[in-house]
Amino acid sequence: MFQAAMKKHKQKVTLIGAVLLLLLPLVAIQPKVYLTLTIAGFAMGMLIFLVASGLSIIFGLLDVLNFAHGACFAWGAYVGFTTLNSLMDWVTSTSLVQNIAAFLIAVLAAFVAVAVLGILIERVIVRRVYGLHLFQILILFGTTIVLEELIRIVWGPNDEVMPVPFNFVGNWDIMDIIVLRYPIIAILIGVLVYGVTQFVLKKTRIGLIVRAGVENRDMVQAMGHNISLLFTSVFAVGAGLAALGGLAMALFSLQVYPGMGSQYLIFAFIVVIIGGLGSVTGSLVGALLVGLSYNYVAYLLPPAAVGVNILIMFVILLIKPTGLFAPGK
Amino acid sequence: MSNAVLRVEGIHTLIGQHHILQGLSFQAKNEAVTVLIGRNGAGKSTALKTVMGLYAPSKGRILFQDQETSRLKPYHVARLGIGYVPEDMGIFSELTVEENMRVAMLREDEATDERLTTIFEIFADLKRFWKSKAGNLSGGQKQMLAIARSMVNETSLLLIDEPTKGLAPILVDALIEVISEIKKRTVIVLVEQNFYMASSVGDYYYILDNGTAVHDGLMTDLIDNDELKSRYLGISRDA
Repeated sequence: MFQAAMKKHKQKVTLIGAVLLLLLPLVAIQPKVYLTLTIAGFAMGMLIFLVASGLSIIFGLLDVLNFAHGACFAWGAYVGFTTLNSLMDWVTSTSLVQNIAAFLIAVLAAFVAVAVLGILIERVIVRRVYGLHLFQILILFGTTIVLEELIRIVWGPNDEVMPVPFNFVGNWDIMDIIVLRYPIIAILIGVLVYGVTQFVLKKTRIGLIVRAGVENRDMVQAMGHNISLLFTSVFAVGAGLAALGGLAMALFSLQVYPGMGSQYLIFAFIVVIIGGLGSVTGSLVGALLVGLSYNYVAYLLPPAAVGVNILIMFVILLIKPTGLFAPGK
Repeated sequence: MSNAVLRVEGIHTLIGQHHILQGLSFQAKNEAVTVLIGRNGAGKSTALKTVMGLYAPSKGRILFQDQETSRLKPYHVARLGIGYVPEDMGIFSELTVEENMRVAMLREDEATDERLTTIFEIFADLKRFWKSKAGNLSGGQKQMLAIARSMVNETSLLLIDEPTKGLAPILVDALIEVISEIKKRTVIVLVEQNFYMASSVGDYYYILDNGTAVHDGLMTDLIDNDELKSRYLGISRDA
């Protein structure tokens, strides 16, 4: 009877559980600090979501664990860095419109450039190793090294300061609570990308075919759909999302450096495993869990910050080995 | 054009190191159900997958309506008008029944609407579960959905792989009715181990053994041939 009641109210129970979990840190953290950490946690979660969602879709449909995703992330950051540098007048302008225009051009440039790079990687490299997981890992690991070295050749080996549009810097003072501007912008970008991704997946024909392909690729082909074209498109969009994540993270951390992709890829992998391979909603929930827990624990017990993410992954895998959400969700 | 919609001529198919089909030939004649029967591992499912383009034959030819399809990709083969129902049904469990049907639709026009009307006449249950998640359907309902999905486009040939697998006997009878209805509209190649099903709907048969066809003929002849049934299908003479 208890189980039946739980099943009936599953959504409500999950929501109440999530809210209680979110409020739990208030036991040890002052409300104002808690609010700041929560916003930072949401922002970090959304930025990781941008990387993880692409990784998850690529794995779900193509059955490829894209180790070159981190390099796409770094390339996105660098293309954005170059674009913003070339639009320095708009970046430093006090006009919000010019700031937003510079940012959107950088987003477009990073997305398109890395999506094209994604097409090349899929057509030239990944296509030869479909179904061969060991070869995929080896060749994509090699691709990452090549792409990172190319960054060193094109942009140099040193860290660079990321130009940030004038109005994106600073903070708002809302009832004595200091709210940094960029984390709010990062959260909005994440929400927007999630919304667009969900719209495409749930409301369009191409999304329907992708969701079906995540479950059974052979059947989708046998229904007359060109799966090879779909693979290339999804790989390109996944790489583009990594680029968007790279650009957004560079604006958050105020720097770009050649190895930045590898550093954030570990978070993306944790998120994808927690959320369920092939699930965009799973990536979002997983990313928020990772972002929030990282920030709370980093405040309370800094050395355990990454460890707690691995612990969450461990616990979730024990309870639900396939991750929180089903593929295609 | 010959009387056969599909002609398979001496195909060899290798899966990894295994040489599964070893010179298999068969035909699917117009207005008929051709049944491929044989023991487990004889190559029946591989034969359908090879026709569908999911495996590329290393030798031999496949002709559909006199057009060679041996080297075509599966999506191209499907667009020529061949529907496929795999052994595991290939249902997209996380999608609704409606979404499963829509994935299969290559076009959404008046002709599709007419076919949908026919499909609802044959599979009345589908309309009832239209918005339900396909993963929640029973085994029989999933099989019906799998077959309905393969009929939603204009198909001249249906390849159906072991539709009775795992179904209760009462559902087998329902399936026989459904396939008897479909065969009025489309040529069918059926892979089947259940001889009751095969003999109820089949017009022609091919017995497969070790990747090749060892016997073929009219189903009515096989029904009376106890020796063949015993040797290749493991059906006792007393049964």
